[in-house]
Amino acid sequence: MNFYAVRAIYKFEMARTWRTLMQSIASPVLSTSLYFIVFGSAIGSRMVAIDGVEYGAFIIPGLVMFTLLTQSISNASFGIYFPRFSGTIYELLSAPVSFVEILMGYVGAAATKSIIVGILILITARFFVDYHIEHPLWMVSFLILTSITFSLFGFIIGVWADGFEKLQLIPLMVITPLAFLGGSFYSINMLPPIWHTITLFNPVVYLISGFRWSFYGVADVNVAVSLAMTALFLLLCLAAVWWIFKTGYRLKT
Amino acid sequence: MQPVISVRHLSKVYEGGFQALKDVNLDIHRGEIFALLGPNGAGKTTLISIICGIVNPGSGQVLADGHDVVKEYRAARSIIGLVPQELSTDAFESVWSAVSFSRGLYGKPRNDAHIEKVLKALSLWDKRNNRIMELSGGMKRRVLIAKALSHEPRILFLDEPTAGVDVELRRDMWDMVRDLRSQGVTIILTTHYIEEAEEMADRIGVINKGEIVVVDEKKSLMQKLGKKQLTLYLQQPLEAIPEALSRHPLALSDDGQALTFTFDVQSEATGIAQVLRELNQHGIDFRDLHSSESSLEEIFVNLVKGARGDRV
Repeated sequence: MNFYAVRAIYKFEMARTWRTLMQSIASPVLSTSLYFIVFGSAIGSRMVAIDGVEYGAFIIPGLVMFTLLTQSISNASFGIYFPRFSGTIYELLSAPVSFVEILMGYVGAAATKSIIVGILILITARFFVDYHIEHPLWMVSFLILTSITFSLFGFIIGVWADGFEKLQLIPLMVITPLAFLGGSFYSINMLPPIWHTITLFNPVVYLISGFRWSFYGVADVNVAVSLAMTALFLLLCLAAVWWIFKTGYRLKT
Repeated sequence: MQPVISVRHLSKVYEGGFQALKDVNLDIHRGEIFALLGPNGAGKTTLISIICGIVNPGSGQVLADGHDVVKEYRAARSIIGLVPQELSTDAFESVWSAVSFSRGLYGKPRNDAHIEKVLKALSLWDKRNNRIMELSGGMKRRVLIAKALSHEPRILFLDEPTAGVDVELRRDMWDMVRDLRSQGVTIILTTHYIEEAEEMADRIGVINKGEIVVVDEKKSLMQKLGKKQLTLYLQQPLEAIPEALSRHPLALSDDGQALTFTFDVQSEATGIAQVLRELNQHGIDFRDLHSSESSLEEIFVNLVKGARGDRV
């Protein structure tokens, strides 16, 4: 195992985060906090509680999960896309590193950034909304697992994309609608039966539901199913990355 | 002695059907400076890229210090440094962090003293805290070299290292390459500047259309394939070469003032004495003479033309 390489990639990526602190950390924390201010403090008090949870507190797990997904994808996709764009990918390909080590560096850094953002959002939310965490260990586990899984997904997008537009395509056109329609702002049990059934095909439902369970002990779907779905997506992403490195897809000619 | 790089029956066909390499066989000797010459699209960069792991090989095998570059990529790549043709740099990084990153990537522990030595050798020490985007093209080229040297490679590939750099910097780089060679580093360079190969290389390989046309010692190549010319400046202009002298490879200048005799460098009997005797017998005197030798560039052009099937 080339640990020096893993550390070099990880440090390199984290240095970019600190260099672009406003964009990497402050911006997502601020934009998510606006939701707490508007839906939590301002109009949350006029909304009815859902599953016995105040509305302002109810939306916190969904919003954190939404930010976690978009940030993980953006961080990891940009991390691997930029060397491809600038041509410095040659160094990565000619270095004595395995694909596991490359993943550990890039995905590890992307997930770290997402986790930092997630924790900062939770801390910020505490200023506006009163919430509690019933299962803190599970909450942290979901936070880490989701960050890693979607950083892997972001890595795949970064390899697939052949322009900056495509880099933004999945987070904006796919993840954002799925997160908004996946129970970030409501319980899917509030939906009419047909829409409830359709919503169950949305993978983000399972992430938000599981994460919300770790906070309040209430969930739209069984927490074991949430975990299984997240693990399944993780395995699918790992298989895709393994194939990318085996074939050199969009990395090697 | 085992070659430091051994290429056997290497072929590469890109998607779309373009055959970049055709059954290439090549040995690079340990500690030499090897220049790989070829016109654009000849396959130079593809060959280097396969050895370094950037391009997937088609068929064949490449060994770096006895290690298969595909199956034992860790061992093979850890001893290789690559300076690419393109100025691909991490524009927003400082020189120091970019070079340090490269060392870590190649599995080497932090060694500030070595990085300092490399940066000083490349006149980059004063720029160590500058972002790479602030540097000139020549300085960026030096950064790429520094990155390639950061992990103390035993084999260094320089793909068009002096493309677009000024004469002074080119001379500096030549000195640096010689210095590396004196430390036992094997250097493989591709270049468009034949002067560069003529100045530095121990051996030369010419590649054209994916095939190795010739590989030889530089001196031997110039001796074998080079031609010498003796030009005689005549006392009286000639209208034509006398019939009796037509069996000799003589050429008369347009103004009839000079006769040029071309002869084979390798041949034991050059024929010069005979020609001079016969000229004297025909009353042709000369007031001055000049001899010249083919440059590597002429040899290269002839080799490439020959490979294309043109008249040499």
